[in-house]
Amino acid sequence: MKKLLVALSVLFVCFAATAVVAAPPIRIGGLFAVTGPASFLGEPEKKSLEMLVNEVNAKGGVNGSKIELTVYDTQGDVTKAVQLATKLIKNDQVVAIIGPSTTGETMAVIPIVEKEQIPLISCAAGIKITEPAKRWVFKTPANDHVAAAKILLHAAKLKQKSLALLTVSDSFGSSGREQLKVLAAQKGFTIVADEVYSPKDTDMTAQLTKISGAKPDAIICWGTNPGPAVITRNLKQLGLKIPLYQSHGVASKKFIELAGADAAEGVMLPAGKLAVYNRLKQNEPQMPVLQAYDQAYKKSYGVEASTFGGYAYDGFQLLLGAVKKVGATPEQIRNGIEQTRKMPGVSGVFTMSTTDHNGLDLSAFEMVRIAKGDWELAN
Amino acid sequence: MKREVVKFIIFAALVMLAPLPLKQSYLLNVLVFVGINTLLAVALNLLLGFAGQISLGHAAFFGMGAYLSGILTANFGLNPWLIIVLAAVTVGGLAFVLGFPILKLKGHYLAMATLGFGIIFYIVFNETIGLTGGPSGLPGIPNLAIGSLTFDNDLKNYYLIWGVTLLTILLCVNLAHSRIGRALRAIHDSEVAARVMGVNVRLLKVQIFALSAAISAVAGSLYAHTMTFISPTSFGFNFSVELVTMVIIGGLGSIYGSFLGAALLTLLPELLRAFRDYDIIAYGALLVFMTIFMPGGLVRGIPDLMLFLWSRLTGKRGGNAQTG
Repeated sequence: MKKLLVALSVLFVCFAATAVVAAPPIRIGGLFAVTGPASFLGEPEKKSLEMLVNEVNAKGGVNGSKIELTVYDTQGDVTKAVQLATKLIKNDQVVAIIGPSTTGETMAVIPIVEKEQIPLISCAAGIKITEPAKRWVFKTPANDHVAAAKILLHAAKLKQKSLALLTVSDSFGSSGREQLKVLAAQKGFTIVADEVYSPKDTDMTAQLTKISGAKPDAIICWGTNPGPAVITRNLKQLGLKIPLYQSHGVASKKFIELAGADAAEGVMLPAGKLAVYNRLKQNEPQMPVLQAYDQAYKKSYGVEASTFGGYAYDGFQLLLGAVKKVGATPEQIRNGIEQTRKMPGVSGVFTMSTTDHNGLDLSAFEMVRIAKGDWELAN
Repeated sequence: MKREVVKFIIFAALVMLAPLPLKQSYLLNVLVFVGINTLLAVALNLLLGFAGQISLGHAAFFGMGAYLSGILTANFGLNPWLIIVLAAVTVGGLAFVLGFPILKLKGHYLAMATLGFGIIFYIVFNETIGLTGGPSGLPGIPNLAIGSLTFDNDLKNYYLIWGVTLLTILLCVNLAHSRIGRALRAIHDSEVAARVMGVNVRLLKVQIFALSAAISAVAGSLYAHTMTFISPTSFGFNFSVELVTMVIIGGLGSIYGSFLGAALLTLLPELLRAFRDYDIIAYGALLVFMTIFMPGGLVRGIPDLMLFLWSRLTGKRGGNAQTG
């Protein structure tokens, strides 16, 4: 009898203890291209997300619940992205997914999350992802046309009329090319050359020679490393004195390193504020977030934080805000994210609405110029 | 022949029963893609395993099927079933025409030529943005449907795709055991000898190339309707190489070997996820191990391995008895 009593009381204590400590964990999923051609996106995204989840869990979780993160590597492959999204939803029972890293993968995953009603916060920039707005799909990087508009605004200020485009033939480049053409036509620019290069090309002098024949006032290059760095070097080698704009896709120190400080001198580009935060005014609303992210990332991984990792950082903050404010079911998270107003993040200040599932505007970028191997504000 | 019938029936029964324990889990989704890859591997095996002609451009035929189905149904609203047939005929026809000049080449030169057209089509998928949507892909492809039955979940797609795959396997088993199959093997061993025996080598090679391409196109169409989204990265050079790997790992000239190869290469990344960040190393190491120790592919390697282990086990006992 005594034994039974002891056993019972032990059981009871155990039960009570688990009931107090473990509110059910919140399961979230991450889908990133950690390896493969888009690893420059996926790797910092994965690291940022893991860092944040550890941080939150160390502080006791959110509303008493720990966060359980499952990250899968899509290798940048759409078929794998679809399989792994299904796995996250059906096997791991996640309430929300952050990722994938590229536009193609995101477009492939959208039909699944819409059907299964799980909120997806994409880390890809393509405009098609949130335009038109889909019920369960959000994204954190600013639309490409925001960066394009920023460049054209700057070009108009410098009275540059005729432009040459040099874009990479992947989803990032073709989206930028499309947006640039539309916006340039609207704002009265003439496009005198429209050249394309392939992501693996190692020499672009042919395209640049052709462009120089068209005598543009400025060249706009749209791509991610290493292509744009090659172009910057080629331009210098050819001795052409045409002003060069790059896209936000190369807004990291890596670009200056690859192109060489000498060749990169004077190149202008719209950059997320992370790259230049220590040059911004102190009353900038994003300042605390940028500083916190950069310092935490440096402490955890020993390297500078990148704009790309910031996409996952913002995704997690949106999710966290929604869980705190509304609740932790997929439906509540979705509603919570949509109600986000003026949330400062790494990529900009987010204000979502039923029709805008990106929530960023022109202020997401700063126009910067490269001078002596470092950034300076171009305004 | 009777043995072949029994083998096929057992295989088909296993395939049909496989989803029962799985219900709606994620694995079912992976098995759908195993089905598509099996279809592709069987198609390539006809060419590579039986006729002994390499193709490093089969992803292009797969892609053409996918894009024909995708574009004509998503943008023009045509009947998807009709398009699958149309895509198979068009791609098969194109391969037939391409086959005459290309299949004159041998060995490395044939590999180069097929590699070349694979890359050309990859560039076409990427650059004709108006039609294919370019690198950002082509969304909004409808699911297949018969009347009110829409193939919109994994279970339905599983039966649809495996139905087609089983039919194709049946066709290929028959083909392999027919006069054509024997002629193909003769070409594989010696083209001159085959010609001497009265086989129209040139025509037969081109025909099997066209058939292989047509089956790949059907796989492409099914892939497009299952995924409802396609983008060029799925149809690049890497995938062509992956297909060749499936056929070789599975066992050249064995139809069920193609299934084993496709299943292994599709499922292996899932099984190796336990290795976390080192999964790619484990994957590579396994492939190297298999090609070194199972040169006949899985289909011969697995029985050999079992036999070896068995003899080792029993042999050791025998050896001990002798020395003792």
